[in-house]
Order: sequence, then C-alpha cells, then structure tokens
Amino acid sequence: MWDYTDKVNDHFKNPRNVGKIENPDGTGEVGSLACGDALKLMFKLDDEGRIKEAKFQTFGCASAIASSSALTEMILGKTLEEAEKITNKDIAEYLGGLPKQKVHCSVMGREALEAAIYNYRTGKRWDKELEGDVVCHCFGVTDKEIEKAVRENNIQTLEELTNTCKAGGGCGNCLPDIEKIMLRVHSEMDAPAVPEKAPMTTLQKIHLIEDVIDREIRPALRQDGGDLELIDVNGDIVKVRFRGACSGCIISEITLKDVVEARLKENVSEDIHVEEVK
Amino acid sequence: MRTVYLDNNATTKIADEVREAILPFLTDLWGNPSSMHTFGGQVKKYVEAAREQVAALIGAEDPQEITFTSCGSESNNLAIRGGAEAMDKAPHIITSKVEHAAVSGPCHYLEDRGFRLTKLDVDEKGRLELDVLQRELRAGRSLTSLMWANNETGVIFPVGLIGEMVHEAGGIFHTDGVQAVGKIPMKVSELPIDMLSLSGHKLHAPKGIGAIYIRRGTKVKPLVLGGHQERGRRAGTENVPYIVGLGVACDLAAKHLSEENTRVKAMRNRLEQGLLATCPGARVNGDPACRLPNTTNISFDFIEGEAILLMLDDHGICASTGSACASGSLEPSHVLRAMNVAGVSVHGSIRLSLSTYNTEEDVDAVLTELPKIVKRLRELSPFVS
Repeated sequence: MWDYTDKVNDHFKNPRNVGKIENPDGTGEVGSLACGDALKLMFKLDDEGRIKEAKFQTFGCASAIASSSALTEMILGKTLEEAEKITNKDIAEYLGGLPKQKVHCSVMGREALEAAIYNYRTGKRWDKELEGDVVCHCFGVTDKEIEKAVRENNIQTLEELTNTCKAGGGCGNCLPDIEKIMLRVHSEMDAPAVPEKAPMTTLQKIHLIEDVIDREIRPALRQDGGDLELIDVNGDIVKVRFRGACSGCIISEITLKDVVEARLKENVSEDIHVEEVK
Repeated sequence: MRTVYLDNNATTKIADEVREAILPFLTDLWGNPSSMHTFGGQVKKYVEAAREQVAALIGAEDPQEITFTSCGSESNNLAIRGGAEAMDKAPHIITSKVEHAAVSGPCHYLEDRGFRLTKLDVDEKGRLELDVLQRELRAGRSLTSLMWANNETGVIFPVGLIGEMVHEAGGIFHTDGVQAVGKIPMKVSELPIDMLSLSGHKLHAPKGIGAIYIRRGTKVKPLVLGGHQERGRRAGTENVPYIVGLGVACDLAAKHLSEENTRVKAMRNRLEQGLLATCPGARVNGDPACRLPNTTNISFDFIEGEAILLMLDDHGICASTGSACASGSLEPSHVLRAMNVAGVSVHGSIRLSLSTYNTEEDVDAVLTELPKIVKRLRELSPFVS
C-alpha cells in the first residue's frame, strides 16, 4: 500500500484539465503502453505568450495521473520560459511528495512538458533519441536523460536513479553502462563540500568514510567485478576487506594504497592509514 | 463502508471455528508437548490430532508424513533446499517461470551454489509445455518443483502427469500446493508426489503456520537444526495453538470443498462473465478450462492496474493486481510476462479471488463499480480516443 499524500489522492481522484485541445500550440507525448505509463500533454498560448489552456491524458498509476494533473495546474499562466524551469522535483513538491519508487511519474510530467515546448518551437515531434543514445533498452532511457536525472536530483545510487527515470529497472544488462555515466557525471559535478577542519566525531568520520567508499571507490571496483567492505575504523586506521574479484587479486595491494587510501586521504584526512583484513 | 474481500489468494479471514479452537491453547493449555509431566505432555495429543486432520485433507496415507512449519515459504524452502541437499548427487533443479518467489528463491539459491537450474516456459494460457519437461528430465536425476495451482491466474498444472514423468526419469517431485490445498480435491497417497507445501492462512487459519507433506522414504535435510521435534525434520518447540488451528481449518476446508467447487465457482463465473460483458477490451488471463474455482485474473486494455485497485478500494473492494506500479518494481507480474500477455493489457490486470465467505452481494458490488472505474480510467487514457 502506497503512502500517497492527500494531494496525490485528490489529483488522482479529481484530476484537473483532463482531455484534448483543438488545434493546440504544442503537444508532447512520452511513455508507452509497454512501459506501463504514458502521458500526452497539450497547451495553447494567449496573445502574450502565456499558457492559457493545458490538457492531459495519462495511462498509468495514481501518482502518474496525479503528477500530470498537477503539472497542468502549475504551467497555467506561465510563459514557456517560466514553464521550462519546472523540474520533476517541483512537481513532486507541489503534490506534497511522492513515494521514492514513484519519482519517475514526476519525471514523466517534466519530459512531456519539454516535449510539448519542443513541438511548439520546431513544429516537430520530440524524439529524445535525437538528443542522446538509448542506454536502457527496456525503458528507452537515453544517456542524456540519465545525466539530467543525476544532476537535477543529486542522485547517488543506482536505486535512486531507477526510481527517478526507470533506467536499469528491467533486465539490468545496462547497469554497468549506467554506472559509468553516473561516475562521469559525479566527477563533473562540484566536488562535495570539503569537511570542516574542526575535529570530526568518530561517527562523523565513519559516515564520511562510508560515503567516500560508496561514491568514489566502490563504483570503480565494481567495474572490475570487485567490491569492498568497511570492517572497522579505529582513530586513523581504517580496516577494509576486499570482495569479489578484488579478493585474491594480485594487485589488490596497489588498489589498497593507490585507490582506497589515496581517496580517503584526499576526502577524509591526510592521516588515514588503510589496512586490509583478509 | 462494507468490506468486499476478494483477495483470498493473498490471505483469508480466520474462521470463527479456528479462532475458538486456538483460544484454550493461549489460556490454559500452554504446556510444551515434549514435557514428561502431564501438564505439558497432554497437549501432544492435540498436535497429533491436527496432523491427522491435515493428512486427511490432502489424502496422505500416514499422518507422520506431515511436518508442521511456520509458513508455506518455509515448506517450499525445506522441500527444495533440504530435498536437493539430501540427494546423493547434486540434482538438476527443474521449475517453471511462473512459480511463487518462495519456490524460485530457493531454486536460485541452489543455482548460485553450482546446481544446474532450468526454468520451464508456459504458453499464452499459462500451461506448462510438457514435452519440454520430458526433454529436460533426460539431463540427469532431477528435483522438480512445479506448483499445483498458480496464485495469480489460478491455472492448475497436471501434477499427476508431471509426477509420473519425473519418477520415470528417477527424479523427485515437489509441488507447491499453497493455493490448491483446500480449493480442489486431492489424494496425495495415490499421486506421484514426493513433497507438497501448504499454508495455513490461505485456508482460514492464522498467518505463521504451514505444513509440508513428505512422502515416506523421501529424504530431506532439515533447515532448522537443534531439536528432535517433528521427528528431527524441523527443530523448535511446536507452535501448538496454530497447529491446532491449522488442523481445524483443514477439517473445515474438507467440509467446504464441494461448496468451493459449486457455489464459489458459480460466483466466480458470474463475476467474470459479468465483467467481460460490461467492459469492452477485457480479457481473462489463464486457461479457463483448467483453473481453481475461486480465481479470476482479468486484464483491461489501455488502463493501469494500480489505478483500478485504488478506485475499487474507495468502494471497500479488496483485489490485487499484477501491475508493475503496485509492487514498486517497474516490470509487471512475472507470471503475466511468462504468458506473453499483450502489451496493451499486461499493466491492467486485476485478480479477484473468492472464498466460501463471499456472497452474491459481493459479486454485485464489483459488477456495479468496476465497469464504471474502467470507463473513467479509459477517459483519462491517451490510448483511447
């Protein structure tokens, strides 16, 4: 049973602006029957270039219908330049939040808006494959969409990404490619705030070490079929155990010093010393 | 608002008779059946009586072939992991693509540990392809685990035929009978079945009690170690109250079996035919000729199951769906996908499962509300113009 907000329930049961517009200025269609949700959004502008009418049709679950309905309310009265700034997060916030597995419903709303504006400006039907390469074939998600989702939602894990844009939620064959994209985007995004030099508590230190391992070390090891487990933190001594292909790898000693220790020195403290537990 | 409970394949109401039978074991008769003193030891006879009641419902020859467990999932784990590990040589594990997770889970567990695993396909009606099974059985001694009846569609596998094929090839046959027991007549003593799992809460006993039939002579390595209970097959002090409850529930199920296959079946048929007649673009998933009497799985083209479910919920109607959105995964039900249900309807499936506690009024409620809901959601759908 999903914990939907009252606002989601209201927009699901009493959706606003359902239907079609005769001779719309812009039409955006995203999703498909096979994917389990789809949205067709239409709008008409007034003389000042503001959206005076918006209508939608949605195939999907309660939160897909609610996200679409919310979107139409949000864009009414806005210029296209203003409407363009609406993110999936804005849609979710408008509804008082969505369950994390349902975030992709708000992304579908944002995409439909993008598609409709593109249609208005170019007269063409939006085709996201022109802008990027499909990475996740189960749900037709492109590298550009993944990048956008990661940047806009500050996504850290694969699970969050799948919840947001569905990428990787089917057969899973694309997961290594997705991890590479996430790694690249993370490295391009601003480096995480450097921790204060004020002494950290042990708990803070453990959290930071875990965070650095998750973000900077683990994805690289996983590319080679390996993994790493944090065993203990005692002062500046960090004990880890290699897993998968890393355990027993002849260069694990090098990985330990040049990857694990180097990253932790860089992000946590110069004094960190990493030891391997066999 | 009146609750119209049509989700009996998920769980069932605890029968009044079952609750009444359990209560004395929560008040006065709380002893340990293994105790030497009279106070404890006296409850042992109730456990053994329940064993006989379970054996009677499924037609086992000897009550000692029944082992009590905590649930259907534990029974399936014991049969598959315990069964495979007790065989001299690692068997070929054969199962299907439409099994419950409590069967596919232990099968994948064994696969990860080097066992060879084959998952058989089903056709568009959910029927097993027996010639493929025959071919797979040639690849060495097997532990074959195939469900008696499917939880989502109600489709019944021909376990008698399957068991014969498995035995002819020298293998062991386990069937997950969680959905079948209590809904269709069965006599395991006359069937080529080595192990059968069943669950209490699917037949009006509480959650937290199950059983497994292990035919005399079948070897199974226990999963729970450290006690002599259940003849060493499952350590741990017996859950006496619920074992007693399961026994009574089995008695009731035996009594209701003919009603299940007449009155309940007639209600299911009226429900199904009524929906097909009033909702265009509705189709039944699963072989109508070989199904449990209480289950119908219907897809509605161009609309999504979770939305249907939530709107039914507004009217107090409880159902379930194979839609992706309802589960939190992105893929629709593995059963419907294995059946290659068409893309237009795979996300719009609803399962309605009845029990003897349902009335014609319940059927009327669905026939009144569901067509309106389907119409309303279609008005929202971009695929219907």
